[in-house]
Amino acid sequence: MALVPHIRIEDLSLQYRTKGGSVSALDTVSADIPPRSFVSVVGPSGCGKTTLLKVLSGVLKATSGRVLLDDKPIEQANLSGQVGYVFQRPLLLPWRSALQNVLLTGEVARKHIRPPIREAEARQWLALTGLSGFEDRLPHELSGGMQQRVSLCRALAFRPAILLMDEPFAALDEITREVMQEELLRLWSVTDSTVIFITHSISEAVLLSERVIVMTARPGRVDEIIDIPFGRPRDEQLRGQAEFSGLVQHIRGKLHRPKVAAGAAP
Amino acid sequence: MSKISLARTAGQMGVFVAFFALWELAVDVLHVKAVILPPPSLIFQSMLKHWLYLLQNSWPTLIAVAGGFAIAAALGFTIAVGIAYSRWVSELTYPFLIAAQVIPKVALAPLFIIWFGFGLAPKVVIAALIAFFPIVINTARGLISVEPELIQYMKSLGASWSEIFFKISLPWALPYIFASFRISITLAVVGAVVGEFVASDSGLGYVISYANVSLDTDVMFAGIFVLSLLGMLLFLAVVLLERIFISWQTAAEAPPETM
Repeated sequence: MALVPHIRIEDLSLQYRTKGGSVSALDTVSADIPPRSFVSVVGPSGCGKTTLLKVLSGVLKATSGRVLLDDKPIEQANLSGQVGYVFQRPLLLPWRSALQNVLLTGEVARKHIRPPIREAEARQWLALTGLSGFEDRLPHELSGGMQQRVSLCRALAFRPAILLMDEPFAALDEITREVMQEELLRLWSVTDSTVIFITHSISEAVLLSERVIVMTARPGRVDEIIDIPFGRPRDEQLRGQAEFSGLVQHIRGKLHRPKVAAGAAP
Repeated sequence: MSKISLARTAGQMGVFVAFFALWELAVDVLHVKAVILPPPSLIFQSMLKHWLYLLQNSWPTLIAVAGGFAIAAALGFTIAVGIAYSRWVSELTYPFLIAAQVIPKVALAPLFIIWFGFGLAPKVVIAALIAFFPIVINTARGLISVEPELIQYMKSLGASWSEIFFKISLPWALPYIFASFRISITLAVVGAVVGEFVASDSGLGYVISYANVSLDTDVMFAGIFVLSLLGMLLFLAVVLLERIFISWQTAAEAPPETM
């Protein structure tokens, strides 16, 4: 497995050029993401969450500031085959069975591993998400939650150092969503990956993460970085605790604050 | 399932039978002369009588259609790949393709006879030219429609261009490509027959135009029937290939809309 880097984001700013000038998507964002941690980014629409993810995956380049992976600038770090994605939509290949979809990433990123071993591992991932017996089904024969599980298995199957998740459960119904959250925690516990998880849901962020980065919109700024003190393993029980609700309330208060006040942040 | 499809096939056949029955009846009741509109019974008789002649002349038409279609598919696919992956190729060729499509290619048939002679070549060229456009447009559209996030994902995994193309883009575009094949195979038939109309001494187009000149209307219709049959068989061949190559598509969603 690849070594999981320590990610440091330092004063990251990014402006998109538009016809009218430039729009600031990220403004002096700084954060520290230790290896093997689970970090969520919450914030309103347009706060640059996805932009941040794209910078971290090397698709977009920052206008100023930098991202360090183990003290190495991200441009120099060879991220190829190190980053797994889970998108809001499953984005499975409709002509490939569940198993073949999981195998896709390994076919490209883990050519050095023999195919039968990759297949055995892919089957294990599917089994871990309760998809045993569905290996040969095509995506359209699976429910939305199952498709997203396959997508998650596909991202984990090549053992990425970093797993980027962009609102992966946003399109799922409440019940499936809660099941998936627990499943994600279970799967993550058997990997060494750092997870960077983007979400609209405050309780989801608190439940899953070690650290929650709260962002404000236009320009996308870090409002507060909150360490979540709960130990692991965690489960749904946590939602009932006063400390949990307290944290959720605190973050909600941040996000609902009027814009004028947010503008005064340092 | 099979019972339903059996009933559907029977129904479809029934429509044909009803159509011919009505035709037969109308010709009889209205006393239409066989030279104007022969009854289907006469046409079928004529088909039986001239079966060897019709069969022999189906061959050159089939070759022209298949050859033209194959060239259109190969060339169309290649250019579509260029359009999909190179803005430069796309911007340079698109206006030309549109312009070429606007020209009624049927009108070019006499020109091709001058250029390529009386043999098979001009028919193949016309068939290819007519069949080409939908293949280019649909293939390019299919290749462009691939989810950009998937491509980015593949790139982040270190996938090469050919890996992305063969694992993602090409299978993604297949439903679009086959949708265009369905259209183009029938267009290729039109192209080949037009070529045979203009100048030829063989082929179903020649059979039809020769029978026309000699007022053998029943033979003319026999030629048209065989031509329709040929077109339908070719169309079915494409559908069959489609079923084999993209079996996952049939149940998943309706084929993409085509132009």
